Amino acid sequence: MSDKIISEYKYGFKDPEEYIFRSKKGLSRETIEEISWIKMEPEWMKRFRLKAYEIFISKPMPSWGPDLSELDFNDIYYYIKPVDKKGASWEDLPTYIRNTFEKLGVPEAERKYLAGISAQYESESVYNNLKKRWENQGVIFVDTDTAVREYPELVKQYIGTVVPPQDNKFSALNSAVWSGGSFIYVPKNVHVDIPLQAYFRINAQNAGQFERTLIIAEEGSYLHYIEGCTAPIYSTSSLHSAVVEIIVKRGARVRYTTIQNWSSNVYNLVTKRAFAYEDSIVEWVDGNLGSKVSMKYPSVYMYGKGARAELLSVAFAGKGQHQDVGGKVLHLAPYTSSNIISKSISKDGGRSSYRGLVYIDSLAEGSRASVRCDALIFDEYSRSDTYPTMKIRNNNVLLSHEASVSKITEEQLFYLTSRGLTNLEANAMLVRGFIEPIAKEFPLEYAVELNRLIKIQLEETIG
Amino acid sequence: MLDIEDLHVEVEGKEILRGINLYIEKGKIYAIMGPNGTGKSTLAYTIAGHHRYKVNKGRILFKGKDITNLSPTERARLGIFLAFQYPIEIPGVTVASFLRTILNIKENISLVKFNKLLKEKMSLLEIEEGFAKRYLNDGFSGGEKKKCEILQMALIEPEVVILDEIDSGLDVDALKVVSNGIKRVFNSNMSIIIITHYSRILNYIEPDFVYVMMNGKFVASGKKDLVNAIEERGYEWLEEVNSNV
Repeated sequence: MSDKIISEYKYGFKDPEEYIFRSKKGLSRETIEEISWIKMEPEWMKRFRLKAYEIFISKPMPSWGPDLSELDFNDIYYYIKPVDKKGASWEDLPTYIRNTFEKLGVPEAERKYLAGISAQYESESVYNNLKKRWENQGVIFVDTDTAVREYPELVKQYIGTVVPPQDNKFSALNSAVWSGGSFIYVPKNVHVDIPLQAYFRINAQNAGQFERTLIIAEEGSYLHYIEGCTAPIYSTSSLHSAVVEIIVKRGARVRYTTIQNWSSNVYNLVTKRAFAYEDSIVEWVDGNLGSKVSMKYPSVYMYGKGARAELLSVAFAGKGQHQDVGGKVLHLAPYTSSNIISKSISKDGGRSSYRGLVYIDSLAEGSRASVRCDALIFDEYSRSDTYPTMKIRNNNVLLSHEASVSKITEEQLFYLTSRGLTNLEANAMLVRGFIEPIAKEFPLEYAVELNRLIKIQLEETIG
Repeated sequence: MLDIEDLHVEVEGKEILRGINLYIEKGKIYAIMGPNGTGKSTLAYTIAGHHRYKVNKGRILFKGKDITNLSPTERARLGIFLAFQYPIEIPGVTVASFLRTILNIKENISLVKFNKLLKEKMSLLEIEEGFAKRYLNDGFSGGEKKKCEILQMALIEPEVVILDEIDSGLDVDALKVVSNGIKRVFNSNMSIIIITHYSRILNYIEPDFVYVMMNGKFVASGKKDLVNAIEERGYEWLEEVNSNV
């Protein structure tokens, strides 16, 4: 990796690798027992992990998608505990960790516009806070380890019900070694009208991060959850393999926004899924930048009549990156509707793929689904593919699918530069315009950040 | 202001401009007329610095500085502005955000000030308010595109403005609005070059000097009476006169 790239990935700085405990490299039954023991978990959770481990071993690597042949499961630290005790305030944390999150702008965001925040460093949540106002209304926002201790009944009831360990190799892996992540419970009719945010940071070399997020939105409730992720740059690979499970009950609405900006050595293999019940709304808004390989297909299973799913995503694949992203919508009840909009940008040999599934069940009378994939390709070395799958089992439905591939034209660049924009500014403006339909769905601060990150990516090759 | 000396330009291997000399004075309006395909737009693109237009001979000076090899960005920042015959669509970027970006290059003004300025310039061109929220040139009618070019000009007040066929595709009412807009933006620090096939826009904006271009050269120059002669007799007579040289 060239120095140039290192200097331009703004979040590529590293802290010293200090930790309280780090498991041995590689994965074994002993490692999992050790993680469970350190966390002083109840027996049922240990059993959940061990069973998942067996499933993980029995499943082959997925071969239908990106190349994962360089991913070596034995070359990863599965559990790194950075601090002894979680901070009650940012001041309680070791200076280097606090500085890291300061540099990432996390405490500032908390003060300015969030209802609550959780910060995860390596395997553990190091800081977690929910503003009193929401706590008083019965909202729960803790890391998932704490939830296992403090709300075992809720966790037991829901964990693994939306994404079971046997779903895929990486959901099995996460179930076996998970640590951290957010647990959110929003009681009936409570509207958390400003966002909750979690920030995930990998610092150590060869580290794995396996957070587990579980969100339960009771009837008529509202939640907007935002997650952000970064890591420093090492020449060896890191693995981020999260599982996110969301249960959205009747008339509730959950919006899940991600801005992922992993460094280019991270394998990002994530399973995200929501169950949507009657008249509920689930929105996945996803900005995928960075990482070496991303495989991410946020899904919505619409079990209730009138449920609605929105999947909006932007992916940017630069040099040596493969963004294999998309989404799945399953229409399993009448009058459900879904809308998928995917925008991808490929540059300098990067590859982006849209992989999606629309399934409309025979029971899903009167449902409608629309899929739109737009790709912007910068040069002849880059690549964009779409793999749309449609399985339609009911004739009384409305379905639309559109796809486009575009390039930035010389005439567009001339027009903009003739107005005084530099070549880089002109390119950035055109990309900004291309993703605008998605970017406008992000909260303002995050849309600005998304555009800034894209400009940084462009800067690497456009002077 | 702008001094073009013996300019020879080729496009994709074909010589289009064959020795253009033109001196543009501050505070004056110029008209360059001529039939289609004689090199008028080539001259416009060359002044703006499009890389496909290769200068084989001659040079362009702006305030005494040779700009022949500058990028379009640098030329724009010096104060040269080209209103396109076919403005380019930029989906996803609103007119307002685009205008703010290009104005910010020149001077940093607050959002409040910008909004006030924008409103003022839009009413000058009889543009309705919702226009600023639309995506730049995306789905605009011919007239809207042209108005938007003049709106950009009105905001950044460049020193040299080249209007490439600004009158094409405009009906009489739109032509009036656009012409009036141009006249009101025009000031003694600005020079305007109107490139046109037809004389009708020159009935609204009176040029100080008129040049006629044919086959990559100026074949006639004069004042308003030259426009009248072309309006009456077309370009053929000039071609004949010229072929005898």
